[in-house]
Amino acid sequence: MSKHQVTLQVNGKTVAAEVEARTLLIHFLREQLNLTGPHIGCDTSHCGACTVDLNGRSVKSCTLFAVQAGGGELLTIEGMAAPDGTLHALQEGFREMHGLQCGFCTPGMIMRGYRLLKENPNPSEDDIRFGIAGNLCRCTGYQNIVKAIQYAAAKLSGASVKEAAE
Amino acid sequence: MIPGSFAYHRPKSIAEAVALLADLGDQARPLAGGHSLIPMMKLRLAMPEHLVDLGRIAEIKGIRAEGGDIVIGAMTTQHELIVDAGLAGKLPILRETALAIADPQVRYVGTLGGNVANGDPGNDMPAVMLFLGATYHVAAKRGERRIAARDFYQGAYFTALEPGEMVTAIRIPVPPAGHGHAYEKLKRKIGDYATAAAAVILTLKQGRVATCSIGLTNVSETPLWAEEAAKIATGSTLDAATVKKAAAAAEAITSPAADNRGPAAYRKKMAGVMVARALARAQSRAA
Repeated sequence: MSKHQVTLQVNGKTVAAEVEARTLLIHFLREQLNLTGPHIGCDTSHCGACTVDLNGRSVKSCTLFAVQAGGGELLTIEGMAAPDGTLHALQEGFREMHGLQCGFCTPGMIMRGYRLLKENPNPSEDDIRFGIAGNLCRCTGYQNIVKAIQYAAAKLSGASVKEAAE
Repeated sequence: MIPGSFAYHRPKSIAEAVALLADLGDQARPLAGGHSLIPMMKLRLAMPEHLVDLGRIAEIKGIRAEGGDIVIGAMTTQHELIVDAGLAGKLPILRETALAIADPQVRYVGTLGGNVANGDPGNDMPAVMLFLGATYHVAAKRGERRIAARDFYQGAYFTALEPGEMVTAIRIPVPPAGHGHAYEKLKRKIGDYATAAAAVILTLKQGRVATCSIGLTNVSETPLWAEEAAKIATGSTLDAATVKKAAAAAEAITSPAADNRGPAAYRKKMAGVMVARALARAQSRAA
């Protein structure tokens, strides 16, 4: 068995831990760091429920080893709201636009939406649909997820959110 | 699903990586983006004792022009191919093909080198490398060599790579300015491998096809270079009768397996349909 010391930034805090080489990033997050926001859905890199942001990219944490993330900068759903509890625009958007039903896919959707809006702050509906193609939702039919991301895009760019919500 | 135990190595240079691969022998696998290998390890269909992670080797990343060629480091990700402005101008087929691969998360991590070196007939880039006439730079402890993409693929997951060797870069001759291109991929859903896919690049002279090359994905044990189909298209205006003949010639060299994507006869037929569509789209884009 091969053990490795990893140090990385997780939601703005430095984390140092010992991991087995074969430990997948999703298991490291959920079981060693108790960050259970990222979910294990399909466990085959299809569904995107385990999506987190690593070094400025959305990644499926079920298909990376924790040791590969060593030295990196990681953001999970737990790091999205402000320290005072104010929701991130995407979280607010999912609430306001009914972007979730069971909520299982939501952490992955929001983390993917986060990177999508960083790269393309003003996406078209098609851009959003193509951009979240690696995240599956079995409840909503995606319509309200798209609206939630549009809501966040409008809010983050300073446009009238009320208009986006209509 | 948790992979079996293995020892993890993270070399910082090609020299260090090939030394590890040579010393560890056939129990070692190089790890690129890992989006083919890690799922196999989770299913325990692959149980390497050693993984040599190529992710921190700076010298095998990036895209550079060299003479009339573009040389792409093996660890360059699909996402990096998509956003590279220089590539979009000179080799737009790579962007179009990369966008047809998997989904955004996978494209951020999956690499060109992994895609071409894995030997999976479902991967999209090998057929593109065949029809562009690319060459793979291969390193080993005993030295470097170059392998033409057209000589690389020998069977499903079976390539010209020998134990201890790794692909470090992909060298692609830049096609003539004004060429038209298209990658047509029929798939059931995002993230799926192709039911059939065709890549076309062509140039026009006074309305007729002056040069043409055609590649096919996932309709055989290996990617295919459809020479005969391209020969038929060359010199024509791509009238309906010629396109039909070219598509039939492409279908003739396929030998797809029946799978969830459809019976073999259907996938063969779709290879021809993809060729016809790709020819039309490449023609509409050519200057």
